[in-house]
Amino acid sequence: MTKVPVQFTLNGSEKAEFIDSGTTLLNALRDKIGDTSPKGGCHQGTCGACSVIIDGELRLSCLTLAETCNGATITTTSGLAEGGVLHPLQRAFLDTFATQCGFCTPGMIMAAKVLLDHTPNPSREDVVEALSGNICRCTGYEPIIQAVLSAARANSQNAA
Amino acid sequence: MELRKNYFADVRKDDLHEIGQPRPRSDSPGHVTGKTAYFADRNFPGMLHLKMVRSPHHHARIRSIDTSEAEKHPGVVKVLTAKDVPHNVYTILILIQVGPEDETVLADGKVRWKGEAVVAVLAETERAAQEAAAKVKVDYEVLPAVFDMEEALKPGAPLVNEYHGQNYYLYDSGECRKVRFGDVEAGFAEADHVLEQSYQSSPIEHAPTETTGCVVVPEGNDRFTCYTNTQAMFFTLDNTSIILQMPGSKLHFVGGTVGGGFGGKVDVIVEPIAILGAKLTGRPVCFIYSREEEMQISSPRAAEKVIIKDGVMKDGRIIARKVTGYTDAGAYSRHSPYGAQKGAGHYPGPYTIPNVWIDTYCVYTNRTPSSAMRGFGVTIGDFALEVQMDKLARLIGMDPLEFRFINAYRDGDMKAHRQPTEGAALIECMQEASRVANWPVAEKYMAMSSYKNGA
Ligand code: FES
Ligand code: FES
Repeated sequence: MTKVPVQFTLNGSEKAEFIDSGTTLLNALRDKIGDTSPKGGCHQGTCGACSVIIDGELRLSCLTLAETCNGATITTTSGLAEGGVLHPLQRAFLDTFATQCGFCTPGMIMAAKVLLDHTPNPSREDVVEALSGNICRCTGYEPIIQAVLSAARANSQNAA
Repeated sequence: MELRKNYFADVRKDDLHEIGQPRPRSDSPGHVTGKTAYFADRNFPGMLHLKMVRSPHHHARIRSIDTSEAEKHPGVVKVLTAKDVPHNVYTILILIQVGPEDETVLADGKVRWKGEAVVAVLAETERAAQEAAAKVKVDYEVLPAVFDMEEALKPGAPLVNEYHGQNYYLYDSGECRKVRFGDVEAGFAEADHVLEQSYQSSPIEHAPTETTGCVVVPEGNDRFTCYTNTQAMFFTLDNTSIILQMPGSKLHFVGGTVGGGFGGKVDVIVEPIAILGAKLTGRPVCFIYSREEEMQISSPRAAEKVIIKDGVMKDGRIIARKVTGYTDAGAYSRHSPYGAQKGAGHYPGPYTIPNVWIDTYCVYTNRTPSSAMRGFGVTIGDFALEVQMDKLARLIGMDPLEFRFINAYRDGDMKAHRQPTEGAALIECMQEASRVANWPVAEKYMAMSSYKNGA
């Protein structure tokens, strides 16, 4: 199979790999680069567990070919905590019991981060809309919505 | 959270330090940082991918299987059929003496449900395994199939599973689990009203976010490490040991981290064949259900049909209850004989009824084998029972909550399956429900207690 080179910035560090042409970003991150925080729940764009941030936009890594990410800046949930300090969203997901099995959590946090990056003070409707592509089978969504709202509140208090 | 102190005040210590307090879960920090290791987060050099060739028919005889083209497909390392599996016919609950063994790891001579595993293909890549699986030729002779439990129980229905010899599970009590208590016919004769209703449910898929699967690594010393998301670690270990005729000491199972299960990951399906693949190739093997397989192949909650006949007095007492329950096991037992049996013990519900007759059947059909799911065996029964309770209350013009107080079991009451009631708290739960839901009931019910000598 033809190998193609890819090079991108992942959570602040440079990555370069030769991958099989046609490899999804999800598989490249998990199997080649070793970042298993994006999860494969469906590999067909329906669950959101594989969500990552590419150049500031929320993307499904299972529907993104790795070779299209050359030169991109990619963020995953494993890169959010800085110096061992949890990101406010991670803190909020912990505090509001917004994770049970945790399989949807990295994708949820990615979707929530993109929302807060663009809309620092979202309404409940904004949050529901932003998470609408992410399926959780355990928590019942309400704690997740509360987590995002409380992270937004914590952010705005810090900013004030 | 408010903890009301008046309930069971005599046995309450009220020195609760944990209940009612938020406490961090030990696994959450891993979840929010993406560090929690699920089975599929393990990747090993040279790992093979396993894909199944599955039956396109609900019921068919297998005339022949030709794997020659699949074996030649680039990237294919091994193709497995029934003859490769040391102990191919198994049943999960054999560990607790619930037999006979009735299910094949890989189909042998016959398929009994659409989606049944027939041939396993191991290849260097998922894609190669998929493509090769499509090249396996299976010649089927399609047989008549049966999908309805009552049809399956009729004489002359197609026989689903030869290991049983009839389309129901044969309990030591006969064709069904039975509970007999008092004289149910005398109860109906005496009742002011008799109401018979039937209730049914469809199979329900758990749809966990993480699909079923495992990753197996041969350790080079005849031992195998199996990373799995099973919810039934020791059932899986012991059944794998039987299926592969391999001592348990050769099998090292690593699990406990499950990306959603809800009972859907208690069957022993992916591990034995993946370990066999690792053994025969000497390579690490992953077998991970696609989303489609999770939805179509993994066991759902059983479809059930429940027929309830109750005799009730105008004053609100239920004096007779007859229940016939059918659990659709699909083509194989898995956990369903146990589920149907649980139903038999459960059907009077949390109510004290002097005359009870219960029959519960575990029925085989050509549907996807069903298995465990949150409270299986009683969940659908509770739906049926509580809808029936509302209908009975309406029939005699009584408030549905007060109607339940009248019939609620209390400590010391004998249950239909001859277990005395202990530690009942239904009355107190309903009193609290009445309060928080603002659904008032007469004062005499608020004064009742689960202690019989209470009120
Ligand atoms: S794995 Fe990408 S959306 Fe489900
Ligand atoms: S916590 Fe299990 S899927 Fe969301």
